[in-house]
Amino acid sequence: MTPELGNFALILGLCMSLVLATFPLIGSINNTPGWIALARPAAWGQFFFVAISFAVLVNAFISNDFSVLYVAQNGNTQLPLIYKISAVWGAHEGSLLLWALILSGWTVAVSLFNRALPPEVVARVLSVMGMVSIGFLSFLLFTSNPFDRVFPVPLEGGDLNPLLQDFGLAVHPPMLYMGYVGMSVAFSFAIAALIGGKLDAAWARWSRPWTMVAWVFLTIGITLGSWWAYYELGWGGWWFWDPVENASFMPWLAATALIHSLAVTEKRGAFKRWTVLLALLAFSLSLLGTFLVRSGVLTSVHSFAADPARGLFILIFLCLVIGGSLALYAWRAPNVSSGGGFDLLSRETLLLGNNLLLVVITAFILLGTLAPLIYEALGWGKISVGFPWFTTMFVIFTPLLVIIMGMGPLSRWKKQDPGDLARQLRGALLLSVAAGVLMALPVFHDGNIWAGLAVLLAVWLLSSLVLSLRQRYRYRKGLAGMLRDLGARGSGSYYGMLLAHLGVAVFAIGVTFVSQFDIEKDIRMSPGQTVELGGHTFRFDGVESVPGPNYRADRGTIHVFKGGDEVAVLHPEKRAYLVQTKPMTEAGIDAGFTRDIYVSLGESLGGGDWSLRLYYKPFVRWIWLGGILIALGGLLAATDKRYRMAMVPGTAPAPAVTKRLATESSR
Amino acid sequence: MMKIFVSVFALCLLLGSGTVSAGVTLEAFKFDTPAEELHFKQLIEELRCLVCQNQSLADSDAELAHDLRAEVYEMVQAGKSDDEVVEFLVARYGDFVLYNPPVKPSTYLIWFGPFALLLLAIFLLVRAVGRQKRTAVTDITPEERARLDAALGTTPSQQDKQR
Amino acid sequence: MTRYLRYLVPLAIFIVLAAFLYRGLSIDPKRVPSPLIGKPMPAFSLPRLQDPAATLGNTDLTGKVSILNIWATWCVSCRAEHEVLLLLARTGKVDIYGLNYKDERPKAQQWLTQLGNPYVANAFDADGRVGIDWGVYGAPETFIMDKQGIIRHKHIGPITVDDLNNEILPLIAQLQATP
Repeated sequence: MTPELGNFALILGLCMSLVLATFPLIGSINNTPGWIALARPAAWGQFFFVAISFAVLVNAFISNDFSVLYVAQNGNTQLPLIYKISAVWGAHEGSLLLWALILSGWTVAVSLFNRALPPEVVARVLSVMGMVSIGFLSFLLFTSNPFDRVFPVPLEGGDLNPLLQDFGLAVHPPMLYMGYVGMSVAFSFAIAALIGGKLDAAWARWSRPWTMVAWVFLTIGITLGSWWAYYELGWGGWWFWDPVENASFMPWLAATALIHSLAVTEKRGAFKRWTVLLALLAFSLSLLGTFLVRSGVLTSVHSFAADPARGLFILIFLCLVIGGSLALYAWRAPNVSSGGGFDLLSRETLLLGNNLLLVVITAFILLGTLAPLIYEALGWGKISVGFPWFTTMFVIFTPLLVIIMGMGPLSRWKKQDPGDLARQLRGALLLSVAAGVLMALPVFHDGNIWAGLAVLLAVWLLSSLVLSLRQRYRYRKGLAGMLRDLGARGSGSYYGMLLAHLGVAVFAIGVTFVSQFDIEKDIRMSPGQTVELGGHTFRFDGVESVPGPNYRADRGTIHVFKGGDEVAVLHPEKRAYLVQTKPMTEAGIDAGFTRDIYVSLGESLGGGDWSLRLYYKPFVRWIWLGGILIALGGLLAATDKRYRMAMVPGTAPAPAVTKRLATESSR
Repeated sequence: MMKIFVSVFALCLLLGSGTVSAGVTLEAFKFDTPAEELHFKQLIEELRCLVCQNQSLADSDAELAHDLRAEVYEMVQAGKSDDEVVEFLVARYGDFVLYNPPVKPSTYLIWFGPFALLLLAIFLLVRAVGRQKRTAVTDITPEERARLDAALGTTPSQQDKQR
Repeated sequence: MTRYLRYLVPLAIFIVLAAFLYRGLSIDPKRVPSPLIGKPMPAFSLPRLQDPAATLGNTDLTGKVSILNIWATWCVSCRAEHEVLLLLARTGKVDIYGLNYKDERPKAQQWLTQLGNPYVANAFDADGRVGIDWGVYGAPETFIMDKQGIIRHKHIGPITVDDLNNEILPLIAQLQATP
């Protein structure tokens, strides 16, 4: 398959997206059914051609076609097959093609699963997604073509960066992109609603599962990235507030606010303007992230090859999409009617507070990430904003969020009696404070105030979840009642919420405990020497040279004992990859539910002696367990029956009624 | 031509700076007490590796980072205070060497910005709720009830049953 | 009217942001500007590269307009810059001193023999300590001092002919003119 085919397919894909972006949209405004009907075939056509293009690139890697410049830079004959495939998205051009593929995939999905919606609305949504596609496909074709050729053809490829030759990191970008692209669905839907001037509960109900699924993918992607950094980078760190990490975290925060806001708009018709704005914000942040990673504007360990020319292209694209959408918002949002009223204390207020907090956190992360740029641009000197600042701010604001999280699920919609809420939460408050104080006292682990705070917040969350369950089961007695509840409508949402909030508590414990109680030791060891750490004995048994499929490794052996019993044998490695020759460290990890034991090799100090770093990391796995629980919760909520019911024809409300009610409500 | 120079210069920085991340930084610095070691670690965590991409002196494997760590170690052993060490480095490299921005009037935006945003958020929250209270919708009016009946094609008694 | 203005806020914020991002495209985030500009050059005294028994220090650079160029044989762009430095040396307008940074003596000496020597003298900074005093974080870097020994300019990266014509020579002329 010649690479030219891939390039040509990409051009055809762009043509399809041009059709998709224009005809259905114009048709929906002028009410031309023929043009509206073009949406679905155009979406399919776009996907078809982009998929071909992607397949051609994959094939080029598998067949070691080094006449393609991108393959020559990132591929290698000795690369294992799975990494030949993941090398496709290992650098700038290919990862953009993956973006475009996933975007066209979601577009097709939207064109299929929309039976409850009027066709002109679907047409607008698909058109907006087509516009985004135009941006990415033209960016690919005009500035970052993965099918550019190189002559003379090199005999061997530059090899995929050894850091990326790992399963976790192979899967991490696709997960993230599924999330980013998924946000474009909510975005497109918000735009379509703004254009049509009809923002109602139906819009929220439709957007919600799509947004939730995208949010789940984003959660998984971020969790994977963090876990990968931990086991791959060799010094046990799992989050660095690196600009590119922040670029993925900000859309996640905005999306979290969005799914909560959608819940309110769906149930109560309130927050419509906030929800629309959040939908625009979530995707805008995704696009901003793309800009930050690929333009060279910020220094980051993650950034792709920086090129200001490409940066300019993306910036113009950003201005068109984000600027355009916000301008549309400024024009149309005032016409959106306000929804149901609510009292000072109500679930609505708490959710609004929750969302505002999430937006504030997003805002200060953006501030910190861009501050060096802003300061230098204004001539205020060159400053650096790093890990300590972000962590400090985050730790100050997150407890506020958790406090509200405990109150929200227990509050009624519209009006909650403060006294009643206080009475319910009284026990929870006492329990949390007691647990926190106990943890902070020197009774456990020499006492630690942060651990105490984390326990306080976790117990607070857990107690409120238990209280909420108890409230729910008041009318569903016994085991049978509980089981029946699981199958009821709306239970997916509820149990999803429980699981996700539980995940947050687990995450908070993991983060705090590992950062407060971890023990680390840098030490020089001779073969046969033992050392004590964290209640364990470590015996170093020397290092031997071992070949790998495309690297040579120095492999150490360390036996770990606890109280005389051997607990683990760890093999940290220092690898020299044959092509890129950058030394990579593979840590030796014994994973456990309550602790990890982590060893990494340093340098050979002569005479068989090596410098080693030993870690004892309690509860570190809870960080990613929390992330997984959050993702599972989201999945549960997205698959709630009530979303699926609308898909079945015949149970959707009669068109005449919806039309009348709709025209009434949009006043 | 310029592009070549720039990229080659960058290469020089990299060559002089070791590899991109993935390095474990282990030194055989000797400390008298574990508290001293901890203090040293905390100090170098607050300083930035200038040639790396967003790493502290504690995490970086770059050659300049090695040199700077050695410099900091010597100063700490000589009894210099944290402030003196920081001042020494800032005099030579500017505020950029501080991993966290210093707290001075020009950086108030960074240090107090988040709290200003929080106050703004609280203000917006109170105003949004307050406005709701003013236009509070209680229950549907009889006219609205009649319109609902007309739309659904139900009589008032049927409607009540469904509620 | 104010009611509608409120909805323009998100757009306004974005426009400001976009302006900064645009500006950011022409800023190199890895460039660290020097706080030493306008201050007297750091005191140092190092053995010379060619003659280890003799020393070169800041006193040698005071009293006239001088240039200190940080270089090393392991630095690829220093090689490219070398031609330009030779050009500058040939004009005779300014004394160029070198700081051989974290290098090996024999290699450095051979380099100068093979490629030509634009330097009046070279200081040999084996462990890079003096480099730290000058705020050096990579090679090549070039400092321009006035007659009083105050650092007036730091050029980060290799000097090109354009830099010579647009930046370096005009500044040297200006500094020579002032007493």
